[in-house]
Amino acid sequence: MTEQTAQRVKFYQKGTFTVGNRLIDAKERNVQASMERSNAITSGHRACQGCGEALGARYALDAAMVATEGQLIAANATGCLEVFTTPYPETSWQLPWIHSLFGNAAAVATGVAAAMRVKGREDVRVIAQGGDGGTTDIGFGCLSGMFERNDDVLYICYDNEGYMNTGVQRSSATPPTARTATTMPLGPEPGNVFGTGKFMPEIAMAHRIPYVATASVARLHDLEAKVRKAMSFRGARYLHIYVPCPLGWGTAPNATISIARLAMECGLFPLFEAEHGAFTDSTPIRRKIPVEDYLKPQRRFAHLFRKGRVDVERIARLQAIADANIKRYELLREEEEGV
Amino acid sequence: MLKQTEGSHAVAEAVALCRPEVICAYPISPQTHIVEGVGELVKSGELKNCEFINVESEFAALSVAIGSSAAGARTYTATASQGLLFMAEAVYNVSGLGLPIVMTIGNRAIGAPINIWNDQSDSMALRDAGWIQLFAETNQEAADLHIQAFKLAEAMSLPVMVCMDGFILTHAYERVDIPDQEQVDAFLPPFHPRQVLDPAHPYSIGAMVGPEAFMEVRYLAHAKQLQALKEIPEIAAEFKETFGRESGGLIHCYRTEDAETIVVSLGSVCGTIKDVVDGMRDGGSRIGVVSLCAFRPFPAEALRAVLESRKRVVVLEKCLAPGRGGIVASEVRFALRGMTTPVHTVIAGLGGRPITRPSLVQLFESALRNELEDIHFLDLDWEVINRELKRERESRRSGPTAENILRDLGPGVAKAV
Repeated sequence: MTEQTAQRVKFYQKGTFTVGNRLIDAKERNVQASMERSNAITSGHRACQGCGEALGARYALDAAMVATEGQLIAANATGCLEVFTTPYPETSWQLPWIHSLFGNAAAVATGVAAAMRVKGREDVRVIAQGGDGGTTDIGFGCLSGMFERNDDVLYICYDNEGYMNTGVQRSSATPPTARTATTMPLGPEPGNVFGTGKFMPEIAMAHRIPYVATASVARLHDLEAKVRKAMSFRGARYLHIYVPCPLGWGTAPNATISIARLAMECGLFPLFEAEHGAFTDSTPIRRKIPVEDYLKPQRRFAHLFRKGRVDVERIARLQAIADANIKRYELLREEEEGV
Repeated sequence: MLKQTEGSHAVAEAVALCRPEVICAYPISPQTHIVEGVGELVKSGELKNCEFINVESEFAALSVAIGSSAAGARTYTATASQGLLFMAEAVYNVSGLGLPIVMTIGNRAIGAPINIWNDQSDSMALRDAGWIQLFAETNQEAADLHIQAFKLAEAMSLPVMVCMDGFILTHAYERVDIPDQEQVDAFLPPFHPRQVLDPAHPYSIGAMVGPEAFMEVRYLAHAKQLQALKEIPEIAAEFKETFGRESGGLIHCYRTEDAETIVVSLGSVCGTIKDVVDGMRDGGSRIGVVSLCAFRPFPAEALRAVLESRKRVVVLEKCLAPGRGGIVASEVRFALRGMTTPVHTVIAGLGGRPITRPSLVQLFESALRNELEDIHFLDLDWEVINRELKRERESRRSGPTAENILRDLGPGVAKAV
């Protein structure tokens, strides 16, 4: 760990490094801090310890339930979230919920929204959700169609950068060099190759839909605020939430939030918002860290750090991606440095 | 009201009379005129309180339908051929979830080679997807079956495919009696779903089911289809009471009373067969026709009651199970299990190949003379086939089969067929 990261023992009263809610106004406290929360995904589900998706979905849905006063229906793609929440006869869902197929959550949500409109129940809002595979790969066509028609649906992608439910295979959201069961760290290009993959939030923006945002389980206040904001728009909206997967990434279950934070701070996962196709805001990095600090604690990148054979070249290429993000999304700003 | 109208338009009007609340569609020949027709009725305001959604694929069309039907809206879509296959995963999902969606299939061949003309390979490919399948013989029946289909689907909480021959029915102008709204409203009550996505009563739909219950869930899907064997004729009877004409039901029999030979088929070709049978009856042959209106559930008992103790059965079908032969014929043999009645399979009309009266006369007469093989391909051009087989024997790199055959036939032949 570099000196820069190791020094991060400094307490903040608000925001990313806050140590508690006690100094925040009651009305600024998050939904989870309230006894009134809906527990849209209630306890007892079968997610792994430290599951980023379970955490992200819980915050997102409870915030959406507040924003819609409980008038919410969710459509779910096949995947971890669907499987771990419905070991029937038990179900975690405290709201009307439908799972149809892997690749059609966005279209099913379109249908639900159409039914609500025709029945004069436009107070009932619709969320579609899936993992990165269900969103960027197999569900891409239906998602693009929903965006293009500007259907009144908030689509939430929980991005853990791979097909975790089927045993950690590569998706088009898997980052370069990452080890998955189908991108093994072997041969001249170990792990996932460079120059592939897609970044769904910007593809969503290209549809000029009312609202697109990225969020992270490392910034849960921000995540909730973005869900609330998304629900203030009508039409197609897209929220892409970064959710580390301890099982697939080879990280400690108690490191989920810190790994998500390191991804933000190195620039590999930018937080931003866009409206009608134009960037409106991004979350600045408080203290920039090198990508090594993010990569090193994850077993999926272990092959980059073999003893005596540190893969300097590939780490540099990942650093270049992070630096390009920092520039593109204006993540380092004068006034933020040294805060 | 009596109208001289296109089959697709008659269906569009009949569907509109059923007051669908969500219609989603992706264009594919020969289904296009149907969805254009309902789209126009929505856009003009003639069909009120209906969302018409243009989607990006057939997979999306049926997926949108899943969402709207699960949310309690009466839902309709239409497709054909490749479109039906493209949505196949959702086709199974709809029946598994028990959603009473009605979908028209404008029956068309499946490629490769790509072919837009009529046969029934598409519906047959999805025959075991858990949907009720009804086949229309005429445009009047196509229109009527849609009105029955919504009632049937909602009564059973099962989806219904109304299958009508592409072009032959969808694009044919015929006299059709379009019912009026009051009649349809009296026949078809509002949709009261068994399950609905409702924030006031939240429940989960589409949970994973493991080995502990999957068999029972699947058995119930079968049991429901068997229940539909009773429901289909009842609804057809009720339809006759309201609208004064016979449409639908399990099977239609034509001149079967004393027939020694019975031809079994489905769809529009039954009209041609009836004409041929009339001619042969005039010549003294004891021949009749049974057309299957319901293919799923398969009306095995109704069929057995008509076919038992006949001399022979000829099943004429517009589909092919390569490596096996007939699809419909196999099912007819099941209906006649334990009997020795010969059941001949005739594969005909694939990819829009015309099924002509002279060919049928020749075919049925050979059956009457006991000269018909177990499986026969109607009007097959053996010269073309043998030439291609020879080419394949002679050269390893013989090239693409379909293109070779077209080159052999030369330009201009397509128009002549």
